[in-house]
Amino acid sequence: MSAAPFTDEESARLRADFPILSRTVRGGHPLVYLDSGATSHKPTVVLDAERRFYEHTNAAVHRGAHQLSEEGTDAYESARATIARFVGASADEVVFTRNATEALNLVAYAFSNGAAGGGGGRGDRFCLAPGDEVLVTEMEHHANLVPWQELCRRTGATLRWVPVTPEGKLDLEHLDSVLTERTKVFAFTHVSNVLGTLNPVHELVERAHAVGALAVLDACQSVPHLPVDVRDLGVDLMAYSGHKMFGPLGVGVLWGRPELLDEMPVFLTGGSMIETVTMEGSTYAPVPQKFEAGVPVAAQAVGLAAACDYLTALGMDRVHAHEQMLTERMVRGLGERSWVTVLGPADLRDRGGAVAFAVEGVHPHDVGQVLDDRGVEVRVGHHCAWPLHRALRVPASTRASFAAYTTPAEVDALLEALDRVPALFGLEVPA
Amino acid sequence: MDLYQELILDHYKNPVRAGLRDPFEGQSHQVNPTCGDEVTLRVHLVGTGADAVVEDVSYDSMGCSISVASASILAEEVTGGTVSHARETYEAMRAMLTSKGEDPGDEEAIGDGVALAGVAKYPARVKCALLSWAAFTDALYQAEGAQK
Repeated sequence: MSAAPFTDEESARLRADFPILSRTVRGGHPLVYLDSGATSHKPTVVLDAERRFYEHTNAAVHRGAHQLSEEGTDAYESARATIARFVGASADEVVFTRNATEALNLVAYAFSNGAAGGGGGRGDRFCLAPGDEVLVTEMEHHANLVPWQELCRRTGATLRWVPVTPEGKLDLEHLDSVLTERTKVFAFTHVSNVLGTLNPVHELVERAHAVGALAVLDACQSVPHLPVDVRDLGVDLMAYSGHKMFGPLGVGVLWGRPELLDEMPVFLTGGSMIETVTMEGSTYAPVPQKFEAGVPVAAQAVGLAAACDYLTALGMDRVHAHEQMLTERMVRGLGERSWVTVLGPADLRDRGGAVAFAVEGVHPHDVGQVLDDRGVEVRVGHHCAWPLHRALRVPASTRASFAAYTTPAEVDALLEALDRVPALFGLEVPA
Repeated sequence: MDLYQELILDHYKNPVRAGLRDPFEGQSHQVNPTCGDEVTLRVHLVGTGADAVVEDVSYDSMGCSISVASASILAEEVTGGTVSHARETYEAMRAMLTSKGEDPGDEEAIGDGVALAGVAKYPARVKCALLSWAAFTDALYQAEGAQK
């Protein structure tokens, strides 16, 4: 039997775990937060875990031999194990970064450091040269596009991309023309941060591996919203952020297949990540420490582990079912309004928990302002995916995105607030 | 909502002096990277120095009601006036928009610009209202340089 959305009682209980959800905005309107794709709110257990770390355990982990340092290191490494388990991985395959953007930059810089012959890498998998190609898609968040553009500029490799269809899905018909023996990396998103498009990861990984390319997955919009298992997906490297999944700001994750991480050159260098240092040169610590230069983000990691435990207790299959229900309600409600165009796949099975739309003749900034006036908080603009908007021939869009704590009533609140737009902007609305 | 004054929506739907025209001595393209709004604006001057006259302001504005209305109001207010008048108008607009709502704006100085006073209370929208003014001051600087 498939999982069910949260009941009203369950919803009310879980919302009580998030203190911010009870505040009001813009002159007394209850907060209707539909921007969890940008960042999620944090349950009390996460805030408590982070606070407890600072109050009881605070120490520079992996340094010193005193009791606090021991306990801090233990808390940090236990957090790593919990966070790894959450995506079906082992602890030594998880690297902490400041955010997903840094995790993707880590990989991109590993390639150029490899090309420069340095950085403690092994083998030639992470060497990129003119003639090599990096493949991305037109629907990527800038975080999974700009680092690859810069990598190509530094190494002389060529950037190619998979276009999107007008429906906002990857155009895989011509994948063979851009995914070739020259492709060394294929970096793509699991779920589009704008359209919610759920990409066929298994198929893409298989195609990447068939030509010997590494598959790098941006999982920022999937790990918080649906069950994710790295072994099942078959990807080689995967990046996601903590703050979008009820965790604190300032912590992201890079997961990688252990043998790959072992071969991969380092990115940020300095303390904590070394094995030996002399004035002439250095050797580096084993994975994952070799990728964690400087005093690590221990309190944030502990907070993120608490978030993983919280989500596990909710059940990721139920979180997914709940957001599917909300997506369906939103897409149906918007579809009933002739003056609104829903962007992205028509088939709900191809969608995650984000719905972007356009109102003919009214700029998303204005739509967002009208919603905000009623306490409905959505994202407007290009959502760090400018090329995707160009491909869809819209300058920008309005996006509602969900989390486990979002309710059907909040979807309805958006629709109700949206209905003020036609009159305010003088749109012709058929009766 | 007091942000969307009738006057703003009028300028949005029927922007004054819209479109790019020749001749011009200065042109500037400005982008708001957070939302992708863009404006290209041209300035045509007659005469030199502070007494030079802004003979034409033409523009192509793609953006929200606030940014389009602001470009329209700009063109209306500065066209036909002197360069020094245009600069005074800009200073008065900027002062109002960055006042966080303290400065209601002086209709004598900025005309229909007072309708944008509500924008100052929404920090995320101030840039929308200032985008075309950034293009104007840049284009004006180029136009003055071209005369030397």
